Amino acid sequence: MSKTQHPVELLRFNTCGSVDDGKSTLIGRLLYDSKSIMEDQMEALERSADITGGGQVNLANLTDGLRAEREQGITIDVAYRFVATPRRKFIVADTPGHVEYTRNMVTGASTANLSIVLVDARNGVIEQTRRHSYVSALLGIPHIIFAVNKMDLVDWSEARFREIREGIESFLPKLDLFKDVKFVPISALEGDNVVTFSDKTPWYEGPTLLGHLESVHIASDWNLNGFRFPVQWVNRPNNPTDKSLHDFRGLSGQIAGGIVKVGQEILALPSGQKSYVKEIWTYDGSIEEAFCPQSVTIRLEDDLDISRGDCLVALEPLPGHDSDLSARICWMNARPLTSGKKYHLKHGAQLIQAMVSKIESKIDIETYEPELTPQELNMNDIGEIRLRTSKPIAYDGYTTNRLTGSFVLVEQGTNATVAAGMLHSPAQHYKPEYMDFSI
Amino acid sequence: MGNYQLDHLAYLETEAIHVLREVAAEFERPAILFSGGKDSICILRLAEKAFRPSEIPLPFLNVETGHEFPELIKFRDQRAEELGAKLIVRTVDDAFEKGLATPTPGQVSRNQLQIPVLLGAIEEFQFDCCIGGARRDEEKARAKERFFSFRDAFGQWDPKNQRPEIWNLYNARLNPGENMRVFPLSNWTEMDVWEYIKKEELEVPSIYFSHERECFRRADQWLPVPPPHDSRDKADPYEGARPSENEQRQKMICRVRTIADMISTGMIESPAESIEDIIAEVAAARVTERGSRADDKASEAAMEDRKKAGYF
Repeated sequence: MSKTQHPVELLRFNTCGSVDDGKSTLIGRLLYDSKSIMEDQMEALERSADITGGGQVNLANLTDGLRAEREQGITIDVAYRFVATPRRKFIVADTPGHVEYTRNMVTGASTANLSIVLVDARNGVIEQTRRHSYVSALLGIPHIIFAVNKMDLVDWSEARFREIREGIESFLPKLDLFKDVKFVPISALEGDNVVTFSDKTPWYEGPTLLGHLESVHIASDWNLNGFRFPVQWVNRPNNPTDKSLHDFRGLSGQIAGGIVKVGQEILALPSGQKSYVKEIWTYDGSIEEAFCPQSVTIRLEDDLDISRGDCLVALEPLPGHDSDLSARICWMNARPLTSGKKYHLKHGAQLIQAMVSKIESKIDIETYEPELTPQELNMNDIGEIRLRTSKPIAYDGYTTNRLTGSFVLVEQGTNATVAAGMLHSPAQHYKPEYMDFSI
Repeated sequence: MGNYQLDHLAYLETEAIHVLREVAAEFERPAILFSGGKDSICILRLAEKAFRPSEIPLPFLNVETGHEFPELIKFRDQRAEELGAKLIVRTVDDAFEKGLATPTPGQVSRNQLQIPVLLGAIEEFQFDCCIGGARRDEEKARAKERFFSFRDAFGQWDPKNQRPEIWNLYNARLNPGENMRVFPLSNWTEMDVWEYIKKEELEVPSIYFSHERECFRRADQWLPVPPPHDSRDKADPYEGARPSENEQRQKMICRVRTIADMISTGMIESPAESIEDIIAEVAAARVTERGSRADDKASEAAMEDRKKAGYF
């Protein structure tokens, strides 16, 4: 990379709000005001405005890409958009707000660093606001912005803004902690406080929405504490590009946590064998150390029996290692979850069998109160479950590591992805001294 | 690097490498769709990064309409050879002969006809997964696309009923006859692609750079004048795609920004002679990349409709 260019950071955020809160309008506004929308897109908007919109250009049509969405004026599925400013690049997941589409919000939020929750200034805090805040917290999104939209329709009232802010602040302590929380009064339709400051809010000190997106500290959002390396693919060339590599045996994968260095002692799970890192191989040459989320190929000093799905971990801190797990899940399928049913479970790079042994509670995500031992979990329900897997997995609590603490359940037969799961922190960590096979 | 932080290109790269390795590990017979265009050029470099020092464990597949730019075909074949990869080419003309497809009366473009050819190749080689270079920033139906995009036994995409895709946990499970399309560049933009080509010093076909070419004006675009037809035995494949008497012809200094085939690719006037020039041009562009693609202009939902039918 050229030395003259400063590195550009990437921030992923999602937007959520209920129907008509103006999510798509806000993204349209960000695209438009940051000049990320092009003339032909504008022409297409104007064309459809002339035909269907009574001449009013609808910024929501920029993101609502499917025919049914334009017909019904709603957002059905997660739409991804891209905005670039000189300071950062943004990947935006526009996630729908209807109750029935919570699963899409979970999808869009799972990879986000930041969530924008839209609140309609006229309606204030509603069930959806509590729901979206809950899902953002559930998915461990570090940063959250409450964008109080349509401020123009409440005459830019500072009192109204404060009232909404206090309403949200009263329930935030019940949720997991966000690293930072911001409240911004905006009008997505008019553009006030989105990219440029509004002269209608002298009582608001800033920042603008985009200003915050450009400056929020995200460098520490990846887990750099506790090396975790789910092995994706065993790299064993039959016909190596470099003949000196004929006995090459590498473990390819993406680092899911921490930092690894050449010479470091590691533990392979589930076997429990130890070895040392001999080489960190990449296409661009060997490197001395690598960190989450880099993709590398690791060679070990010893030829251990390791295959896809196994995990290399640091000796400190050790992960949990268990086949009896407890997790919070979001159910995403029309066929409800009942206990006793078997699923495929994907965690890291492995797909194994799992049985849901118990549904412990269902969480009312508007009151945040649990309902104990429900019969089943329905589409968009969030609940606490216990699982048994066909073999132990190496994992961390989701709040510690979003990559090693997450899993999905896949229905057998239909292969539908039916649940997103977030593991609770292990009660005890793996104890290598009881089964030390090191050479 | 010191501060343990990836810049945006390094992030997009590691994400794509992870996706490619998932494909190699999870599917029985995956293939890479390689056209020789800029996006698939990046895919090949990412495949090298994912699988070296082993051989890239996937064959390359390309579907030709029969209207390709010769520069592109030459580049495609050369690159596949350099990488020691197996290249499979299937053409719309073959499909006509085998009865897999029939020409649409009055329709010059064979864009739609690539669908049965692609599905035929998937059937012939029993591919369970095809990796494509499509990006979400290209077009608004694509903005809704997953990394792992499930296709039913008819090759169809059902946008209203997609599998939720959470974290980096991709569900690659298929039943017999079903198929997956995987898009490692989902989160890349046109600018990211060119910046990556620059960073990796990747070679691209010469038509991306400024050259002199005879073009003609049709439907607000400058289309290349097709090569002359010199066979008496075969019908002119460019019948209907040649300039008529009253269409304006002009020699231009031009290049392509995106490549379909000769019939659907609008040339843009440009002096860009290097990757740096192209990056500057993309940065200053006021129309989208696909603004020069005739195939997307058919209707508001042109891409959505083709994808539902099994398009790339």
